[in-house]
Amino acid sequence: MSKEKASSRPPRNDSKDADEYVISAQNLSKTYGDVIAVDDISFNVPAGEAFGLLGPNGAGKSTTMKMIGGVSQRTSGQLTIMGLDPDQHGPEVRAHLGVVPQQDNLDEELRVRDNLLVYGRYFGLPMSYLRPKADELLQFAQLTDKAKSKVDALSGGMKRRLTIARSLINEPRILLLDEPTTGLDPQARHILWDRLFRLKEQGVTLILTTHYMDEAEQLCDRLIVVDKGKIMAEGSPASLIREYSTREVLELRFGSERNTSIGAELVGIGERIETLPDRVLIYAEDGEAALEQVSARGLHPLTSLVRRSSLEDVFLRLTGRSLVD
Amino acid sequence: MSVLTEGHSVTEAARNRSFGPLYSRNVKAVVARGLMATKSSNWMVMLSGFFEPVLFLISMGVGLGAIVGTVQGPGGSEISYTAYIAPALLAVSAMNGAVYDSTWNVFFKMNFAKLYQGMLYTSLGPLDVAMGEIFLALLRGLLYATGFTAVMGLMGLITTPWALLMIPAAVLIAFGFASFGMGITSFMKTFQQMDWINFVMLPMFLFSATFYPLSVYPQTIQWFIQAMPLWHGVELLRQISVGVFTPATPIHVGYYLVMIVLGVLLTTGRLRKLFLK
Repeated sequence: MSKEKASSRPPRNDSKDADEYVISAQNLSKTYGDVIAVDDISFNVPAGEAFGLLGPNGAGKSTTMKMIGGVSQRTSGQLTIMGLDPDQHGPEVRAHLGVVPQQDNLDEELRVRDNLLVYGRYFGLPMSYLRPKADELLQFAQLTDKAKSKVDALSGGMKRRLTIARSLINEPRILLLDEPTTGLDPQARHILWDRLFRLKEQGVTLILTTHYMDEAEQLCDRLIVVDKGKIMAEGSPASLIREYSTREVLELRFGSERNTSIGAELVGIGERIETLPDRVLIYAEDGEAALEQVSARGLHPLTSLVRRSSLEDVFLRLTGRSLVD
Repeated sequence: MSVLTEGHSVTEAARNRSFGPLYSRNVKAVVARGLMATKSSNWMVMLSGFFEPVLFLISMGVGLGAIVGTVQGPGGSEISYTAYIAPALLAVSAMNGAVYDSTWNVFFKMNFAKLYQGMLYTSLGPLDVAMGEIFLALLRGLLYATGFTAVMGLMGLITTPWALLMIPAAVLIAFGFASFGMGITSFMKTFQQMDWINFVMLPMFLFSATFYPLSVYPQTIQWFIQAMPLWHGVELLRQISVGVFTPATPIHVGYYLVMIVLGVLLTTGRLRKLFLK
């Protein structure tokens, strides 16, 4: 066990730490009875990275997170968290983890600040450390004036922020975030993203699962696209888009009747055409030029939109399905 | 962000406490959480749990006692009917408190509040959680037992210093029910299944020689009741209350010791299966 520096933040990015992987998974699998939740996946995460697991519901993201947290035992493969096997050293591994589960599981019987204090006690931390730390985290989560409130009086966004504040009580080196902004309104999401950015700046390794493209693009340095327990692709958001999609996308809507039959008339425009029930996507380097070609063929869509390619397009390309059903 | 002060790093805390994946020697954090939660929300429930046996004692003891008069207690001495049922009601109260804490309370925390899920994402292991919850149930049992014994004293039902031993004996009874109750609760998935617990508890309360001696039943029914845990608790406390001990006394104590060991093993195994799958 490496000697922990007393001033553990920010010097996370010194070269010694940056070299080693804080998480290393090799041929990791998990089956529940006949169901294969995670199917032979491998990935490494260096310290300080924001690493995303992107995929639809049921892709195996949460199961992977649980194995990292040592609350689900792997069926086969290797997994080390900061050099330790979570199946063997659960409590020790979890001492370095902060966990934000998919559903808030705040302690409703305790008040806001007490939630932080009690959670810190679970890690065996002394009150002399926890009292100032709790106040600092309340400030970080913008909940200082709610310190004495009951948990069920908080809004969804506030609960989420409190859950994140709670996960930081032990100054984790790795923060696991399972669908951190699902169910939040846009404003609450942006506040949350801002807080996560700050953590990243402080050198905390972020592991997050999401099925929101924009979230993955905003927060992740690197991500894996997972589907049915397997890794479909790996890379930075920009490199994945470069590799699996074109620069721009032309979205056309011809009305539900014609969308499916129009494909044949569009052949040859752009690099690739994807026909969805509600719209047709034409992948092209230049979306406006593609639109002109469509018009030149005498086709008049009800609506047209040129946009940049996103991870949604990458996912569609890789799996043939859109991400949010 | 402030930093962890020297000597209190999380790593160190974890290393000191780490004891395999099941246990991190931090039961007291679970207990502290329970006390804090009780302070803020649960104390009314706790208070009602104390008054229930007291009300039974007053209504049955004073009311029925006036008709019944004296009955034959352990060792053959004549005692008042109130003094006869008081230790039995203490045993029932120990059972009820422990069962409430370890079944309904645990059921709710497990399935709705997701409390254990959160705890197990920290350095705590399932054994810390199980022992902490059982300890809380015992603490409550201790409070009830002490209060009830005080009420017995006020009513003039305590005639021997031996009677003070009812308090630790009631905690023993609570321990047996709490450890077993929590294990059984871990199998429960719905509220309907939870009702089965009441279905077992109520007859056990009524028929375990609580209000009249076992000898009124036919032999086969007697055997059945003697196999149930509450009867052993009732007999044990009744013997202690008058300071009369028989060769059966260690059997009653032994019954609970076995129950505790089996219950803790069952609970820990189940928590491991449920949360570290």
